[in-house]
Amino acid sequence: MLTTLSRKMIMALTGAFLCLFLTIHFLGNLQLFMAPENARIQFNAYSHFLSNNPLIKLVSYVLYLSIIVHLIDSILITIKNKKAGTTYQQDRRKRASKWYSRNMGILGTIILIFLVIHFKNFWYVYKFGHAPLDSNGQKDLYEIVVTTFQEWWYVVIYVISMIALCYHLIHGIYSAARTFGLYHPKYVRWVKYIGITFSVVVCTGFALMPIYIFFTS
Amino acid sequence: MKLTLKIWRQKSQQQAGELKTYTLNDLNSHMSFLEMLDILNEQLLLANEDPVTFDHDCREGICGQCGMMINGIAHGPLKNTTTCQLHIRSFSDNDTIIIEPFRAGAFPIRKDLSVDRSALDRVISSGGYISTNTGQAPDAHAIPITHQTTEAAFDAAACIGCGACVATCKNGSAALFTSAKVGHLSLLPQGKEERAERVINMVNAMDEEGFGHCTNTEACEVECPQGISVLQIARMNYEFIRAKIFEKEK
Ligand code: HEM
Ligand code: FES
Repeated sequence: MLTTLSRKMIMALTGAFLCLFLTIHFLGNLQLFMAPENARIQFNAYSHFLSNNPLIKLVSYVLYLSIIVHLIDSILITIKNKKAGTTYQQDRRKRASKWYSRNMGILGTIILIFLVIHFKNFWYVYKFGHAPLDSNGQKDLYEIVVTTFQEWWYVVIYVISMIALCYHLIHGIYSAARTFGLYHPKYVRWVKYIGITFSVVVCTGFALMPIYIFFTS
Repeated sequence: MKLTLKIWRQKSQQQAGELKTYTLNDLNSHMSFLEMLDILNEQLLLANEDPVTFDHDCREGICGQCGMMINGIAHGPLKNTTTCQLHIRSFSDNDTIIIEPFRAGAFPIRKDLSVDRSALDRVISSGGYISTNTGQAPDAHAIPITHQTTEAAFDAAACIGCGACVATCKNGSAALFTSAKVGHLSLLPQGKEERAERVINMVNAMDEEGFGHCTNTEACEVECPQGISVLQIARMNYEFIRAKIFEKEK
């Protein structure tokens, strides 16, 4: 049996890897903000490069594994915590903590639902569907992205999910630093500010992508 | 002052409990919270009723016995204060106060407000000590240690083991309690020697008692009467990782 501390360590390690992936994914997707014709060619070439690079393939398997392990571990942790915790007739314990730190499971569930939709929208179509081809003869993922975000409700789903992800990450990064044993007050403060900045920048950026495409094409 | 109390009454661990309402008149506002409960019990005894069982010992904020949830907050509304150090002037005339025992999966209720917190004792006995005969107090300068280190160790040692952290934690986790003892001893020269075994044994003992995972909501620090820092938990994680990596085979 793993100790309660080791379980949190698995949570933090997989979460940290997901954050690393998120950074790369974010930087790559910034290409969507370019002028449409350049964006199409460059974004498609980039996607083609990623899906054919063996190193990226390896990383993507680690990514799938991380998501699954993070998910299973979160279920185990939440079940255990529900059993170990309690309720009161009058309960004002909420005054002492942030709502998002108490609701990581719910925020995570929103992210999970989003991931299913997101994989279906792009990953599945790109890998197994019939993607159109661009003028360079490459699969036109850009076209799929633009078509998807013509639907306003997809835009809404993506924006809401990014808000959930943002709060999940604000607490997640902060919490993971603790789990990794960072106890020096100065660096703890730095991690807090860096974590908030990272979460807000990445999630706002991601949320702007569907909005930008919805209004420009 | 007049106060209405809704107190959790439960005959034993096996029986179900419920909130019962009592009214107290003519209370002196300088009375402590426990003195108010004493007055209630006096009246109950005179009326041939079962008095309310609650834990208390020192009544000066150092033994950690007097834990209870007062209006849904461990040790009541005042920050960094135990129940015995709370006075009824913190409430207003005609207030209704709800009093419940500390609860957690690992804290069975004995009777009324009295809770079995021996799980914490078992965590301490798994490693919260140093294995040397202390004998007489050594010369103060015999073991070199800086002022900062003694102060940091003392900040952790200030934990009185009341269990407010566990009762406040949504996960019923004893991470703050356990980490305070781990942090305290791992900072001191005498405690450093056994730091690896200690943290592993204490974490295992904590898990055996069925306490939950710490998810760093930090509610424990806010409601801790001694203001123990959540950074102790980070230090425990550090000590645990360090012990796991450098653990010697026995
Ligand atoms: C599949 C959906 C997800 C679920 C169900 C989920 C659930 C959880 C839960 C329950 C926790 C522990 C909460 C706590 O310790 O307070 C957690 C922690 C964390 N999650 Fe997620 N999560 C998901 C996706 C993600 C994603 C996509 C990322 C990053 C991009 C992420 C990053 C993190 C981080 C960094 C932590 C902190 C680990 C720690 O507390 O030590 N999670 N997650
Ligand atoms: S009775 Fe000892 S701390 Fe309150």
